[in-house]
Amino acid sequence: MSQAPDAISGNWSIETRALTKSFDERPVLKGVNLKIAPGEKIALLGPNGAGKTTLIKILSTIMYPTSGTVFIDGLNSREKAEDVRRKIGFVGHNTFLYSNLTAFENLDFYRRLYDVPAERVGQVSEMVGLKSRLGDRVNTLSRGMQQRFSIARALLHEPAIILLDEPETGLDQQAISLLWSMLRDDRNATRTLVLTTHNLERALEIAERFLILSGGKIVFQENRSSLNLEGLRQAYRQHTQGKN
Amino acid sequence: MPWRKMLAITWKDILSEFRSREIIVSVMVFTLLVIIIFNFAFGSNADTMKITAPGMLWVTFAFAGVLSLNRSFILEREEGCMEGLMVSPISREMIYAGKMLGSLTFMLIVEIVALPIFAFLFNIEVITLKIAAVTLLATIGFVACGTLFSALAVKTKARELVLPILFLPIVVPVIIAAVRATSLALSGKSWGDMASWLLIIIAFDAVFLVISFWIFNFVIEE
Repeated sequence: MSQAPDAISGNWSIETRALTKSFDERPVLKGVNLKIAPGEKIALLGPNGAGKTTLIKILSTIMYPTSGTVFIDGLNSREKAEDVRRKIGFVGHNTFLYSNLTAFENLDFYRRLYDVPAERVGQVSEMVGLKSRLGDRVNTLSRGMQQRFSIARALLHEPAIILLDEPETGLDQQAISLLWSMLRDDRNATRTLVLTTHNLERALEIAERFLILSGGKIVFQENRSSLNLEGLRQAYRQHTQGKN
Repeated sequence: MPWRKMLAITWKDILSEFRSREIIVSVMVFTLLVIIIFNFAFGSNADTMKITAPGMLWVTFAFAGVLSLNRSFILEREEGCMEGLMVSPISREMIYAGKMLGSLTFMLIVEIVALPIFAFLFNIEVITLKIAAVTLLATIGFVACGTLFSALAVKTKARELVLPILFLPIVVPVIIAAVRATSLALSGKSWGDMASWLLIIIAFDAVFLVISFWIFNFVIEE
């Protein structure tokens, strides 16, 4: 008896099937099959140009694949895009904050788009330790503070899945440490986390499973229990042939 | 409710513009300069004005509109916020509608300020119900089409050049219809005499609103 795809993928938080993406005939993803369980913390590693950002953008529905299917919590991301977006919090290279507006106005704008109560603005700002800076215009905040508000924005609707695409980009060391400790301390054990980063050491602190993407394919995956930092570095070197 | 989200986008654009005053100030300065240059060129002779005023008015609004529309999506791209909108649970159609409504508000503000100045400098009666109706209807079509092309142009390298090149030839029918309807209104003709031109503008509005809603999703897709 044949089952509907939604039913088949129901157990996975994220599932991709034979995912491909090409830009002007140039393939970036070449058949990515991925299954991530609810609550799993995944680090997606790989050199520049491996397709990490493209994969994250496809998972977040910013971009559609050339072929293949994505299921988020059992929902086909192309057919149920709006429902899927409600389940996802996305933190990218950019903060998605409007520099002329205050942090409060930005969060208030996004909470209207996500249809969540006004109290959430105060709650998430407190979570990132910046409630006292809500009235400041974004262009007067440091890049680190902007990124913390960006995380607050991504958590506004209490997403089941959080996607982070190199969230440390442009941050100084202190801000990076703060960002990682926030991610480590995320007490929501059921929240699925997918993180792309070049920082293997930091990834090891947070992730439970490591995937290496190279040349548009997942070439390596292993659980944290079977890896230490040196093992991860070795695997990275071996599967990416020393590319950055 | 989708319309609340749409209004949130419009409100955000208005608030952001209120803070930066990038669009309104530059478009207003441009509009005033053009009106003053036309005033020096053609004077304010009543007979000359009846012939030239509709063209002057719509040339001014068209180029001011292009300036304004150019900024609509450029600001989203420059701030890196387009993806923030795209990852939010709002349909692409509502993003289009929210951005369109914001641009419409800016253009109407410019027109509301420019029309009395135009009336004063050229000594013609442009503040009438008929001209207000023509201006509103033509601006809706202009902005409906322009918002779509602005989203398209912003993805190109020469974005500020691409918008007028792509957009103005498409929007010419609505500008011609607006010029003709304005000319008839200034000559004191009835609504009935203006009807055919108004219908062209309304048809253009409807066609471009439907087409834009339909294809906006593909235009902003990466």
